[in-house]
Amino acid sequence: MLKIIKPGLLSSIQDLGRTGFQKFGVIASGAMDPLSHRVANLLTGNIESEPTLEMTMIGPAITFEKDALISICGGDLSPSINGQPVRLWRSIYVKKGSELKFGHCLQGCRAYLSVAGGFSVPYVMKSKATYLRAGIGGFEGRALKAGDQLVFGKPSSQSKRMMDYLSRQLQNQSFIENDWSITSDLLPSTNAVPTIRMTKGRQFELFTKESRETLLDHAFEVSAQSDRMGYRLKGPGLTLSEPAELISEAVNFGSIQVPPDGNPIVLLADRQTTGGYPKIGQVAFADLPLLAQAKPGDKLKFAEISHEEAQRLYLDRELKLKELKQGIHLKTR
Amino acid sequence: MDYTLHPLGDNAVLIELGNEISEKSHQKVQALTDVLEDQPPGWMNEYIPAYTTVTIFYDPLAIYQLSEGKLPFDYACELIEPLIKDLEASNTAESRLVEIPVCYGGKFGPDLDYVAKHNGISPEEVIDIHSSGDYLVYMIGFAPGFPFIGGMSEKIAAPRRESPRLKIPERSVGIAGMQTGIYPIETPGGWQLIGRTPVRLFRPHDESPTLLKAGDKIKFKPISRAEYEKWKETESC
Repeated sequence: MLKIIKPGLLSSIQDLGRTGFQKFGVIASGAMDPLSHRVANLLTGNIESEPTLEMTMIGPAITFEKDALISICGGDLSPSINGQPVRLWRSIYVKKGSELKFGHCLQGCRAYLSVAGGFSVPYVMKSKATYLRAGIGGFEGRALKAGDQLVFGKPSSQSKRMMDYLSRQLQNQSFIENDWSITSDLLPSTNAVPTIRMTKGRQFELFTKESRETLLDHAFEVSAQSDRMGYRLKGPGLTLSEPAELISEAVNFGSIQVPPDGNPIVLLADRQTTGGYPKIGQVAFADLPLLAQAKPGDKLKFAEISHEEAQRLYLDRELKLKELKQGIHLKTR
Repeated sequence: MDYTLHPLGDNAVLIELGNEISEKSHQKVQALTDVLEDQPPGWMNEYIPAYTTVTIFYDPLAIYQLSEGKLPFDYACELIEPLIKDLEASNTAESRLVEIPVCYGGKFGPDLDYVAKHNGISPEEVIDIHSSGDYLVYMIGFAPGFPFIGGMSEKIAAPRRESPRLKIPERSVGIAGMQTGIYPIETPGGWQLIGRTPVRLFRPHDESPTLLKAGDKIKFKPISRAEYEKWKETESC
């Protein structure tokens, strides 16, 4: 079990989303950066869909009320245990009574805390993801507050082996990290102005030539009105060649839609299921993690790729994740 | 059935079955969703029906491994084609009729007078027209269980509010342009509110989490404040 001492800015339980209920208008929710979420789970011996704690810009303060195997992946919110810095992208064995704290947001926007066994919260519509606006899922359907206690689920046999291995090396310290790291290029780039690859949206051709060029030539800023539902971007306005009444249709993670004010919105984890604004682009799934780590005030650029290339990038990423999973299995046999 | 296939991100195929909001397009969408409900393909994760489209989501890696080297979108299209090719638009005559009780006006319908004035009729006439129409749920979207309803009389049409309300109470019944709708959960919104129903539209813990689904026919039934309170009591039991 762990206890929340300070909740941080926005800490909520997320998994890989609520699949199968979008036809009822129920949004998908789930981790904004699914890659970091999945790697965090692999490092604790969990299945990839196990719920993690998504922490945003200002992380929480947490005490562990029993020994735990954890990992923290994603943005660097300066995690430390009992005052000692800990590394991201590692398996960490933490002794009971230790305090995990976060400091400055050095890089990225969100970090994911996985614990071996996951968090024991009820399924709502087959998912443990928090759907904040409807107040369902996760821990009591809401962001965490001081005093909340999260119970861990049953660790897998792999988690147990990882815990045994690390705890045997533990002497007087309050925690110990594994001695190997993830070397693959799964880790996010740290470019100041990240380039987000995208494909043309369904209504790309309805925009003026100038707007189509602007989208790809100019940097856009993530505005303060950005949240889990979507990022509102600030930049040169984008306009349609002529007014168009569109018929609402499904949208997806990473759809770039343009409302009449001309400022694009990139739809993210808590997006509505359908939308009626023209879609100028679609972020390649492989770059969604990079996008989700941009925070308000950050700048980003778009680069167009073909849908074929976007799919190849996605498949390539998935195969690398599979390799990582196998690698961790071999190391912890 | 005529259709076109389009990518929507790296895990979905958007199937376009028409280009205007009409009962005809709706019947095509219903025919396809009936197939997806009755015999969900093993490779499909989920689908989203809308006015003229059905979007099917899949796991790209899983489908890639089935395809012997074809790209996921191309292979998904190959799998979708036989599902649609011989499909006939379904007849909505057998759709469900759902009666929705509404307590009009007063605290629940702060914009009833505006809608009346805008159309040069009395509030009673607005209620009369709204509750005598035959409505069809074209799609569910925007919020869990939020129905996009067609069939409202233009005699009670009214523009959206210039500045949206920050909080619209759940179960409010509203009008925006030629549409009428019901808010299942509390959200911001710009619709003109004319009443409220005691019936819950979003039931996250039930087998079917929403009261309405695409293809349902709707009737609105005016009820008094006392009937509303009584209904709410039985709902919460």
